[in-house]
Amino acid sequence: MVNRILVGAHYGFGSWLAQRVTAAVMAVYSVLLLIVLLCVQPADYAAWHGVFNPEWMRMATMLFWLSLCYHAWIGVRDIIMDYVKPAAARLIAHVVVIVALIGCAGWALQILWRA
Amino acid sequence: MREGIETASISNAIPAHLCIGAIIPSLLTLTAAMAQTPTRPKRSAPWYNISPANLPLPGLVSIFHRVSGLGLFVMLWLLLWLFDRSLVSAEGYAWAKGVLGGGFVKLIMTGLLWAFLHHFCAGIRFLLLDMHVGIELAAARHSSTIVFVVSLVLTVILGAILIW
Ligand code: HEM
Repeated sequence: MVNRILVGAHYGFGSWLAQRVTAAVMAVYSVLLLIVLLCVQPADYAAWHGVFNPEWMRMATMLFWLSLCYHAWIGVRDIIMDYVKPAAARLIAHVVVIVALIGCAGWALQILWRA
Repeated sequence: MREGIETASISNAIPAHLCIGAIIPSLLTLTAAMAQTPTRPKRSAPWYNISPANLPLPGLVSIFHRVSGLGLFVMLWLLLWLFDRSLVSAEGYAWAKGVLGGGFVKLIMTGLLWAFLHHFCAGIRFLLLDMHVGIELAAARHSSTIVFVVSLVLTVILGAILIW
């Protein structure tokens, strides 16, 4: 008895939901950052550094960058699946995007927590 | 609708077919018309052959949402690089400030700001549509105008404050 489910729209549901959750996180953060920047108006290095120094701001900024990388992965993956049909080219494109985005996520973490 | 059209054309055709002499010419025009039926390229659907130039506004919002998302992804390295240098040290901050002072870089940053703001506004519109808010045609057309106007206005305002 084979009872694998071969069709079903639910396969993409996780991605769809993740793309929306990450979008919401980024939307909230960008409004928050804009308000902070307009209030503080950082004019030199000390003030700019001060904006991202509080622990909660590092956390929020980390959430933003990780959400962005995850969101961009789902989005760019969808775009690649729409336009790049040959399996090999698609695989290569996916790998390039994954590596680039993991790199970006690590880079962002390093910027935020290095000192 | 479709049934109505077919019925109409059949009833129009009846008088012609009653006359024997009309059958041959009408068969000839029929085969000629069939031969002239434009063949679509393979794997193409009627709605597939569209150019952005004649898309309705919601379609433009959609395609530009995709283009802006891709553009932001492609330019991510520049944003992270500037963010990195600006926070690493006072020298790095001065360097980043210098880079952002260049006219060409300002142009790029303005483009990215527009891309982000359009993607942001269109994204929120999609989230609302997903929740069945404003899903009616008129409302959806209206909100797509709002997306373009708001993101352009915000680009001008925020660009003036943050970039130029
Ligand atoms: C506040 C920020 C953002 C919001 C609210 C947002 C919202 C969204 C939403 C709702 C979608 C899904 C659209 C759909 O399924 O049709 C989406 C797709 C996408 N997003 Fe974002 N996004 C944001 C930021 C970003 C950023 C910063 C990037 C790039 C680094 C990005 C890249 C993409 C890409 C590539 C897609 C796929 C587009 C497509 O399939 O046509 N997004 N975004």
